[in-house]
Amino acid sequence: MNENLQKTILLGNEAIVRGALEAGVQFVATYPGTPASEIGNEFAKIAKNNDQLYFEFSTNEKLAIEAVIGASFSGLKCLCAMKSFGLNVASDSLLPFLYTGSKGPTVLVVADDPSCHSSAQSEENSRGFAQLAHIPILEPADSQECMDFIKLAFDISEKFSLPVMVRLTTRVAHQRSVVELKVQSEKLKVNEGEFISNKHQFVTMPPRVLEMHQELINKISSIAEFAESSEINAIINYQNLKSQIANFKSKGIGIITSGVSFLHTMEALQMLGLDLPILKLGFFYPLAEQKIKDFIKPLKKVLIVEELDPYLEKEITALAKEANSKLEIFGKNILPEVGELKPEQIVAALAGMVGKKIEVAPTNFKTIKHSPRFCTTPMCPYWKVFAALKKAAPEGAIFGGDIGCYMIAGFSPMQVYDYMFCMGSSIGIGHGIAKATEGKQKVVTLMGDGTFFHSGMPALLNAVYNQSNILAIIVDNRITAMTGHQPNPGMGENAEVGAVAEIKIEQIVAALGVKVENLKVIDPVDDFDGMVAAIQEFYPKNEVSVIIARRMCALLEKKKEVRPLKTSL
Amino acid sequence: MTLLKVLSEAAFVSGFDVKTSELHGLSQRGGSVSVYIRFGDKVWSPLVPQGQADLIIALEQQEALNGLYFANKETVFLVNQYETPTMAQTANQVEIEAELRKITEKVNFLAASEICQKELDAEVVSGVYILGYAAYHNFLPIKLEAIEEAIKKTIPEKYWEINFKVLELSKKS
Repeated sequence: MNENLQKTILLGNEAIVRGALEAGVQFVATYPGTPASEIGNEFAKIAKNNDQLYFEFSTNEKLAIEAVIGASFSGLKCLCAMKSFGLNVASDSLLPFLYTGSKGPTVLVVADDPSCHSSAQSEENSRGFAQLAHIPILEPADSQECMDFIKLAFDISEKFSLPVMVRLTTRVAHQRSVVELKVQSEKLKVNEGEFISNKHQFVTMPPRVLEMHQELINKISSIAEFAESSEINAIINYQNLKSQIANFKSKGIGIITSGVSFLHTMEALQMLGLDLPILKLGFFYPLAEQKIKDFIKPLKKVLIVEELDPYLEKEITALAKEANSKLEIFGKNILPEVGELKPEQIVAALAGMVGKKIEVAPTNFKTIKHSPRFCTTPMCPYWKVFAALKKAAPEGAIFGGDIGCYMIAGFSPMQVYDYMFCMGSSIGIGHGIAKATEGKQKVVTLMGDGTFFHSGMPALLNAVYNQSNILAIIVDNRITAMTGHQPNPGMGENAEVGAVAEIKIEQIVAALGVKVENLKVIDPVDDFDGMVAAIQEFYPKNEVSVIIARRMCALLEKKKEVRPLKTSL
Repeated sequence: MTLLKVLSEAAFVSGFDVKTSELHGLSQRGGSVSVYIRFGDKVWSPLVPQGQADLIIALEQQEALNGLYFANKETVFLVNQYETPTMAQTANQVEIEAELRKITEKVNFLAASEICQKELDAEVVSGVYILGYAAYHNFLPIKLEAIEEAIKKTIPEKYWEINFKVLELSKKS
C-alpha cells in the first residue's frame, strides 16, 4: 500500500513517461522537439535491453506516428510524442489514422510553445487539429494531471478504438510539481504484438473511406457523451474545491478554462480574494456541451481563460445562444491572443469584471536581454562555419536558415539569415528563389545533420532534379544537438540497440544526384582555410553544390572525453 | 536549471507544496533564461506573478534587471558579481544596483563566482553557493540540511563533495 502513496516531484514530461509506464505502454516513437524532448530522453534511458518496451527516435514525426500506427495495428499499447510543428509533419498520416482507428490503445502527446520560448516559425496552437482530424484532446494543467490524463487517454483509446491526444504547453511540460506514484502495470512483452490482416479496417480506399468518416463522427459522439460525465470536466469553487455547488448567486460571474490557464486563474482568484465558480475542462475535444450549458445558464457574465486562439470562446458563444442568450461573454476582448497567459493578466481581467481597483505595478525599468548564442566554453564549431562564410561569401549572397543550433546565427548581432521557416525548408525555399531569379541571385543554405535526415533529403532531390544552383551547407555536428543531444542516423547509434551502421550524409547527397565535383566534406575547425576555399569554389557554380561541414558538437566532444567508454548519451 | 531542481527538492523535503517553471532548448543556449519556483502550503500557478517574488537570484548581474518585473519593495535580490561577455549593451554594477534600489532596498551583491573559482576551482557551483547563502541568512524558509538532502537526491554522487564544500563556504560570507 505504501507504494501507492509515494510522492515525489516530477517534470511534466517525466510525469507523462511515468503515467504511460503505469498504464503499461509497450511501443514508443518520437522525434525530439522542445518542449516535448524530455519524453523521448526519459524513454531512451530505459529502452535498452528492455523486452517490455520498444523505443525509437524516428527520423521525423511522420515516421514516428507511422511506426506507432503499425504497432497499434499489431495490438500494442503505443505512445507517440512531438512538439507542435511535429504534428504538422505527422498530420498526413494522423488524419487517416482517425478513420481506421487504433487497435492497440494509442496516445499522442503534443507540446505547444506559447510565447515561442524555444520555437521559431509560428506560435502554433495544436488545438486546431481537433476540428481538422477529429482527434479527442485532453489538456492537463500540472504534473499530476499529466500522469492521470495519460492513463485516462489510454483508457479512452482502448474503449473507443481511436487515438487520443494529450496536449501540453511549455508551462505544463516544463513544470516541476508534486505527483503521487502508483505501481506500474504488469506489461506484456513487445514481441507479443501480432498483425492480423483486417482489410476492412486498415485500408482507406474509397468508397470504404466515406463509411470510415461516418464511423469517426459516430465515435466522437460517443466520446462526447463520455466527456459529459467525466470527472476531468469539473466545476470547482476556489474556497471549497470539492464542492459541486457553485457560488453562483453572489456575483453571477463564472469562469471557464483549461490546461495551465486554470492554475493561473486560481492564482488570480487568490490574489483578488474572490470566490467564483470555475468550470475546468479536461476535455478540449469533444466538448462537454451540456455541462457547459448547465454551468452558464444561471450566470450573468462568464470569462473564458485560454491561451492563443479563442477556440473555447467561439464554441461557448454558440452554446450560450441556446442556453443563456443574455450572457455577457468575456475572453479575448480583455485577454491577449498572442503570447502565453500570465496570472497578472487574469488578475486585471477579473478585477475589471467585478469592478475592483488594483494597483498597477511599475514596468518602466531598464532591462538587458541576452540573445542565445553559440557555446564558447567549449567552443562551438559553428563559429568557424560562419567565420568562413563571412570571409568567402560575396556581398549579395542570400542566406537561408533552418531549425537547429545554427539558427542562433539569426539572432542579434549576427542576424545572418534572409529567410527562415520550418524544418528542412531552407533548401526548398532557396530553390524557389534561385528559380524565380533565374539563378542570378545566389542562395546559400544552412542545415544541420538532424534536419537533413528529417526533411532535407527530399528538398535536395527536388533542387537537383529541377536544375537549381543553390549552395547547401550541411553543418554536421554528429548529433541532434539543440533539443538535448538525441542520436540520429549519422552517428552510428540508436536508443534501442546502441551501435548501428553509420549513415553517411555524403553518400545520400551523391545518391540524390549532386555531382562528385560539387560535393566536399570539410572539418571547419581543423581545415578553416579549406572551408573558405570550398565556399569560394562552389559559390559561382551553376548547379546544386553541397559542403558538409563535419565537426562534432563541442559539448558532445567534451562528454565523450569525460566518459570515453560509454557510447550512449 | 540544476539549481532549480535542488531548491525544489529541498522545498519538497521541507514539507512544502512546490511548483516550478523552467525553459529548455533554444532558450537555454546562452540567452536570458528565467526560471521560477513557488512553494508554500498550496501553490497554484507555476509562474511568479508580476511584482510577487520574495527572492530573486541573479546568476549574472545584468540578469538582475530582468528580475525587476517580479520585484516589490520587500523583494530580496541576491546578485552574483559576474558578467557574461556580450556584444550587446551592458550596464555596470553601480548602474545595476541603482536600478534595483529604485524598487527595493534589499539588494545584495555576492562574489559567488570569484569565491567558488578561487576556493574550489569550480565557478560552476556559484549557484549552489548563493542558494546556501540564502538559506543560511534566512532569505529562504529552508534549512541547509534540507539542501544537502536535496543535493543527494538530485546530483550524481561524485559531485556531492564539492557541493557540500560550497555550502560550508557560503556560511562564511
